[in-house]
Amino acid sequence: MRAAGFDGPLTILGDEPYRPYDRPPLSKHVLTGHLPADVTQLPSSLGDGVAWRLGVAATGLDRDRRIVRLADGGTLSYDALLIASGTRARPWVHDDEGRLPGVFSIRGRDDAAALRTALAAGPRHVAVIGAGFIGCEVAAVCRDLGLPVSLIDPSPSPLSRVIGRTVGDPIGEVHRSRGVDLRMNCEADRLEASDGRFSGVLLKDGTRIAADIAVVALGAVRNTEWLEGSGLSADAGGVDCDEHGFVIDGRGRPDPFIAAAGDVARFPHPLYGGRRVALEHWGHAVAQAEHVGRLLAGEDRGLPYAAVPNFWSTQGDMVVKSVGLTEGADAVAIVHGDPKERRFVAVYGRAGRCIAAVAVDSARWLPAYSRLIETAAPFPPDAPALDRPRKSLDIRDPGFA
Amino acid sequence: MPDPATRPVTNPLRVNVDLNLCQAYAQCCYAAPRHFRIDGREALFYDPAPSAEARADIERARISCPVQAIRVEDPGL
Ligand SMILES: Cc1cc2nc3c(=O)[nH]c(=O)nc-3n(C[C@H](O)[C@H](O)[C@H](O)COP(=O)(O)OP(=O)(O)OC[C@H]3O[C@@H](n4cnc5c(N)ncnc54)[C@H](O)[C@@H]3O)c2cc1C
Ligand code: SF4
Repeated sequence: MRAAGFDGPLTILGDEPYRPYDRPPLSKHVLTGHLPADVTQLPSSLGDGVAWRLGVAATGLDRDRRIVRLADGGTLSYDALLIASGTRARPWVHDDEGRLPGVFSIRGRDDAAALRTALAAGPRHVAVIGAGFIGCEVAAVCRDLGLPVSLIDPSPSPLSRVIGRTVGDPIGEVHRSRGVDLRMNCEADRLEASDGRFSGVLLKDGTRIAADIAVVALGAVRNTEWLEGSGLSADAGGVDCDEHGFVIDGRGRPDPFIAAAGDVARFPHPLYGGRRVALEHWGHAVAQAEHVGRLLAGEDRGLPYAAVPNFWSTQGDMVVKSVGLTEGADAVAIVHGDPKERRFVAVYGRAGRCIAAVAVDSARWLPAYSRLIETAAPFPPDAPALDRPRKSLDIRDPGFA
Repeated sequence: MPDPATRPVTNPLRVNVDLNLCQAYAQCCYAAPRHFRIDGREALFYDPAPSAEARADIERARISCPVQAIRVEDPGL
């Protein structure tokens, strides 16, 4: 909003007691001990030009009176409001087990600092529950620290809900070769305790994995409870927006005074046929915030928000990057490199169009594929970036469960 | 590179790299080897809060990045 020329008063409300900080290092270099959790505060040009209300949660929204109700009993009135309450870690299914000493999850910097302390104490065995991006990163950190670790997930291979089995299998092999005990096709059932501390994971098949640390990495839940009663269309999957980023009510009518951005926003993506998506990507939070910031500052609506989703994940010293969304992919082709060498690009197609690409240690090729996805280019893709004849591409089923 | 974990958190500079943009060209590592490093083939590790003395190196790193992925906040400038 400032960059777009808004110079009126701005208040930033947040329930965490900290200025905005970078979350990605929390599951990587903070856990290895290379960075303390509190140095990841983000650069910001805002400085003292805004009123910070930190450590105070919003508990309600009254759109008729245009006020936000606060946990300390106060209220905040607004002319324009941005909803950016993000997500929190999905808790373990059984509350009492999730609260056991030795059980961790990571969303905020206090979570990461606590887990770092526990890992530095040299646990005998770590159980990571959930082989999504954060679970894979944590498992890789454990191996970097020389800690025995099991990675448990009901899917056939790590990350396979997002990238499918065809690409997930070679990534699983990388983790296995680094010493991760991969427990795919295994569902965690109970977290067991002994002497009031976590002591192991019981799997659905009856197997027990003894461990002194559990990291619950089951994805995220959107922070939308505070919007209950506001009349907005919101649930645990996000708050619904129109194509520009203005939130909509239960009958689909946009509220021109309120926008949403980042992990909490569910919006129709023009690249994916207007299907509503909510993305948990750092780059998306930045790009969508810039887009709606201009709107809230009063700029013309212009084109709908349509940035190509992108993501990176650092797992040990392996970098996995993606552009686009794989959902609904019916084919995948390795277009660069070789999974056996831990260095490749895979492109995903749906109904004969390129919809996503995943690169492992091959970031330089990705921008070319981002453009193919942006223009819904035919799949299998042709040049610009192919390193082999198009007709020799090995086109496979992506292997989504 | 020195161990960032042991340096005071009150350091004034704030650095953030857009790792979606970063293509591991490593120019920043040549410009400021004490604050940027590549692990493996392309995993960039950087110091998000360098000391004031590093200002010139950090600025050189920022300018040399071919994809302009490096953001710096320097209240001292
Ligand atoms: C451990 C971890 C690692 C990650 N690694 C990567 C990565 O490698 N690559 C990548 O692309 N993305 C990564 N991400 C995702 C990325 O960090 C998020 O997409 C990004 O933080 C989203 O920003 P946001 O502002 O939308 O939400 P958030 O960062 O969640 O910020 C929302 C803020 O609102 C606060 N809040 C919630 N409810 C209320 C309320 N009622 N009142 C007041 N305040 C409230 C929250 O406490 C929080 O401070 C990672 C995330 C985590 C947790
Ligand atoms: S110079 Fe830029 S692209 Fe190269 S490694 Fe550094 S941040 Fe990444």
